[in-house]
Amino acid sequence: MARNVTTGRKAFNTAAAWSVALLLFFPILWTVLTSFKPEAQAVASPPIFLGFDWTLENYVDVNEQRDYFRYFWNSVIIAVGSTLLGLFIAIPAAWSMAFVPGRKTKDLLMWMLSTKMMPAVGVLVPIYLIFKTLGLLDSRIGLVIVLTLMNLPIIVWMLYTYFKEIPGEILEAARMDGATLRSEILHVLTPMALPGIASTLLLNIILAWNESFWTINLTVTDAAPLTKFIAGFSSPQGLFYAKLSAASTMAILPILVLGWFSQKQLVRGLTFGAVK
Amino acid sequence: MHVIPGVDLRIEEGEFVVFVGPSGCGKSTLLRLIAGLEDTSGGIIEIDGRDATALPPAKRGLAMVFQSYALYPHMTVRKNIAFPLKMAGLSEADQTAKVERAAKVLNLTAYLDRRPGQLSGGQRQRVAIGRAIVREPAAFLFDEPLSNLDAALRVGMRQEITELHQSLKTTMIYVTHDQVEAMTMADKIVVLNAGRIEQVGSPLDLYNHPKNTFVAAFIGSPRMNLIDGAEAASHGAHTIGIRPEHIDIGSGPWSGTVILSEHLGSDTFLKVNGGALGTLTVRGGGEVKAQPGESISFGPQLAKLHRFGPDGLAQ
Repeated sequence: MARNVTTGRKAFNTAAAWSVALLLFFPILWTVLTSFKPEAQAVASPPIFLGFDWTLENYVDVNEQRDYFRYFWNSVIIAVGSTLLGLFIAIPAAWSMAFVPGRKTKDLLMWMLSTKMMPAVGVLVPIYLIFKTLGLLDSRIGLVIVLTLMNLPIIVWMLYTYFKEIPGEILEAARMDGATLRSEILHVLTPMALPGIASTLLLNIILAWNESFWTINLTVTDAAPLTKFIAGFSSPQGLFYAKLSAASTMAILPILVLGWFSQKQLVRGLTFGAVK
Repeated sequence: MHVIPGVDLRIEEGEFVVFVGPSGCGKSTLLRLIAGLEDTSGGIIEIDGRDATALPPAKRGLAMVFQSYALYPHMTVRKNIAFPLKMAGLSEADQTAKVERAAKVLNLTAYLDRRPGQLSGGQRQRVAIGRAIVREPAAFLFDEPLSNLDAALRVGMRQEITELHQSLKTTMIYVTHDQVEAMTMADKIVVLNAGRIEQVGSPLDLYNHPKNTFVAAFIGSPRMNLIDGAEAASHGAHTIGIRPEHIDIGSGPWSGTVILSEHLGSDTFLKVNGGALGTLTVRGGGEVKAQPGESISFGPQLAKLHRFGPDGLAQ
């Protein structure tokens, strides 16, 4: 039976929902607004909400000082590359955990997840030294490898959850039908798990795009992605809030657009398997 | 873990063999061992005189129809049926020809471009059978294929599978827990219990000459009445068995009170409290006017009496 919701209660709920949404969105909104302010008004106290002198000057400056598209391409290559490499490793891994589980499979999954609990800075020095020795510092390939490893546990976990939903009998049928392991994964498992794989792909591109610890610490210029682009405006010449905001807006815009268009897929993917 | 401790079984070319037994008796495991979906810890599986024990499922030349149909949901019916052919590397033209021939046999031509989700249970089952037929296997394996269908459809599909066997003449191994399916379809029934074969034989062989009390009680519906004690001893046995249809009502040495009467029109089944005999099921042909609480006398047809020793084996 539907609960009786009064008009007043409804209005309150709506207001509450909007407040929470605005509270969460406010920092982003403020960044975007600040990016259109002259530098002086950006730090004005009390802050000016909308009544400032709108300008595009910050965007012009940012583009003159740095080549945005070089950073953008680095971000694309690192985010997409690490996600694809991760999927390539995780699909067979999740397949074996979901369909041929051993006695230690659960422990293995927990162990993989536990690596995410360690602060990244704890392994910065060893990884930095390894990268230095291998000549991987400030290289895209190096970042692709590190971000793949960082996100692999999440990719495996997500795929494992999706694969668990696929009845094993269908894979057995494929085996009876003469499918090799490769065809079984390629023609039967992957197409059936496609919605789940797509969500995993999107989420990991977003995670890799936003990852700022390794991307900032392991790059200088050649492989520097947008996170480094933003960071570049925060320190050397002192704080320039408006330019920093313009850089941030430019950096988050692509992923915001991607997220907007794939909302439905993302929400469906993230709640998949939550309700049986 | 030993699920099937030891089984010696020979299945002849072209036979329709049914594995039957209560749930958990190992019948599905035995089928999956034959299919190659489970590994053996010992023993030999020979197919067409070839040792297949170590062969992967696809190399055994067998086709399987699963209880859940196990169709590929993302493929059309056409692609589902063509999948084994595609895996075998047949040309597109050969695939199409074979798929269309199978679809015609199974009345699926109109549905070839639909997906499994748009089909009824019976149609899905036919697609699963189609996918098995096109491989032209050495034998078909059926794992409780009808248990997801409703009763009316089940009878129809049962006959379709039997007709298919008659026209293809290919060996079929069929697993079910339903002894009616076993009796109606099989050339040879294998009764399994706790991973062991209790008896192998033709349906009527098992019905008329059950080797032990397990088979006696499992085959036949309603089940055989088993009576211990003094009455059994008077017939020179530890346990006697008599089927409901082999008891005459109206006269005879036994008497009892009717507990329940089931009127099916063609038959009447009476549940009778026979005192020291225990509760017995008795069949009367046609309409038998007996109300619960009524006393009746009845007796076994002595020629149809089964005698079992203390070990449960037929004497």
